[in-house]
Amino acid sequence: MAQLDTSDASAVLAALIAGDLPDSDGRFGPYGGRYIPETLVPAVSRLTDGVERFLHDEAFQRRLDEELRDWIGRPTALTHVPRLSARWNADVWLKREDLAHTGAHKINNAIGQALLAQALGATRIVAETGAGQHGVASAAACARLGLPCVVYMGEIDVARQAPNVDRMRRLGAEVVPVTSGDRTLRAAIDEAIRDWVSDPVGTYYLLGSAVGPHPYPYLVRELQSVIGKEARAQMLERGGLPDAAFACVGGGSNAIGLYHGFLGDETVRLYGVEAGGRGDALGENSATLAAGKPGVLHGAYSILLYDADGQIQETHSVSAGLDYPGVGPEHALLRDIGRVEYVTASDNEALAAVDELCAAEGILPALESAHALAGARRWARQNPGTRILIGLSGRGDKDMPILAQHPIGSTDADKEHSDAAA
Amino acid sequence: MLPRDALAESLRAAEKPALVAFVTAGFPEPDGFLRLLAEVAAAADAVEIGVPFTDPMADGVTIQRSSQAALSNGVSLGWILDQLASRDFELASPILLMSYLNPLLAFGYDALAARAAEVGVSGFIVPDLPYEESAPLRTALEPHGLALVQLVTPATPPDRLIALCQSSQGFVYAVTRTGITGGAATFPPEAAEYLAAVGAASDLPVCAGFGVRARDQVEEIGQHADGVIVGSALIEALERGDSAAEFLAGLRPR
Repeated sequence: MAQLDTSDASAVLAALIAGDLPDSDGRFGPYGGRYIPETLVPAVSRLTDGVERFLHDEAFQRRLDEELRDWIGRPTALTHVPRLSARWNADVWLKREDLAHTGAHKINNAIGQALLAQALGATRIVAETGAGQHGVASAAACARLGLPCVVYMGEIDVARQAPNVDRMRRLGAEVVPVTSGDRTLRAAIDEAIRDWVSDPVGTYYLLGSAVGPHPYPYLVRELQSVIGKEARAQMLERGGLPDAAFACVGGGSNAIGLYHGFLGDETVRLYGVEAGGRGDALGENSATLAAGKPGVLHGAYSILLYDADGQIQETHSVSAGLDYPGVGPEHALLRDIGRVEYVTASDNEALAAVDELCAAEGILPALESAHALAGARRWARQNPGTRILIGLSGRGDKDMPILAQHPIGSTDADKEHSDAAA
Repeated sequence: MLPRDALAESLRAAEKPALVAFVTAGFPEPDGFLRLLAEVAAAADAVEIGVPFTDPMADGVTIQRSSQAALSNGVSLGWILDQLASRDFELASPILLMSYLNPLLAFGYDALAARAAEVGVSGFIVPDLPYEESAPLRTALEPHGLALVQLVTPATPPDRLIALCQSSQGFVYAVTRTGITGGAATFPPEAAEYLAAVGAASDLPVCAGFGVRARDQVEEIGQHADGVIVGSALIEALERGDSAAEFLAGLRPR
């Protein structure tokens, strides 16, 4: 692997802030790159050229900004939560991506990439989905632009996120349940890549997280950075920067978008919260940065959960959107240089956080976002009186079938404490 | 002679077209692996041994299925190398390991190259390792003279095709159509032109594959390439309980 001297953390951070990473090889230090079948090399090169040509082009940006404002409803609100603040003895603010059209931050990326696909002349979109939020966002964006859309979804996720499957179909997408591999998000990505390999010219792969071969981690970050840009301006309008900002991390797209608003603010501590699942043992969680090793999956060199033979590990999380054995390459670098600290929250902590936010503030968060809440809650205990920003990446309506299995009050956040990274 | 040169020589010396057979290691049963390998090596001119992987993103359902079965039976890269080391007979043709990158990374490139050379492996085919990312593995294989076989596809632009053919070792793996392994295969008219371009760009034997399952395809592709690669169709024959030797013999032009 190409090595960058990550021991000089401040130089790496300066390069990140200056926009010099990824480098021309698609690397974030040692991480990233393009580990793809030869069949996809021309398609990925075309995509890279398209990103360079369109992403920061004035007309493209104007069109994207219109969609963000008029169709998605941006900027999303920054909500002060006084009752939760009193409970936590902190000053807590939520960046409300749950209020974005279709109910999660995923739409920021989906509409941006769908516009890009259209500009590149693609005739068909394929996407993968875990929780279904990226699938719904892709289906909606494709409907908006009149593009046919196929969504691959693991059959386990099809069962546990049923409301979103029906939404995707009503939005005109074809939903293909994936019965191979681990039958969750990872297998859905494998299958979407197979589809793309079969038609690399006409098909555009609308990848939903900050993972995959270059340029996806960069493209997704740029499209999600609107979260951090807005949040920073909103915090300043409302009394100042936070002491700490929290986001949940599966592949890490909402987190990277939030962080990029604050990387240069030395006083803002940044935290990522991974899924601690049922415990520390392999296969019981999706805590990639806490327990993983460097490796290659889905086109990028990053941190992964795999066994001694290099076989990718099955993962577990109550939250389908975090149930993934990899993480975006930029997160691996942010961890190495110490700019972001990654911790975990267990299934039960996340479930308790859902109930707490519902009861205290009348907001039903997604189980994914609830991990960020749980991580922030723990930090608030250790750092009383601080100002905390939490990326509320999505709403929890889609999780009702899972929540129904956990009666209100059946989980106690104070009793459960799993923090493999601590 | 270096293993990679011996591989190229062996394919050149074979009756045209050379037959390159793919088997997933430890499929259908781990117990019979060496016996099956000996049988396939005798019937073909080179053998690709598939290292099973949990996420075979370039493979179709057949190889996914055999890969999954092998993993369930405990097959790993280490097991394959140990099996090869334990044999007390010579194989009739050169063997290569075909693996996704992560199992190779997990083993460690230097240790892998040394061990592979020791147990008689001639080279590697890595479907998720494009040339641009291949320097570390290439460097590790170099001192042992092992081949890193480069794949080219009909979508590969002309200048890149030349660069890939020049950088390949052992042979050039010419994918005859875009897509995953094992799909339906027809031989489109433009394929002859494509294979002629690959042949012109390469000093090494060119072996063509993806979806080859019948003698007439072997005969047709054989007019345009030095060798033909058979993968999914052989796995399907094994699934049916057919003899690998007979199936491969049935593919040879009469």
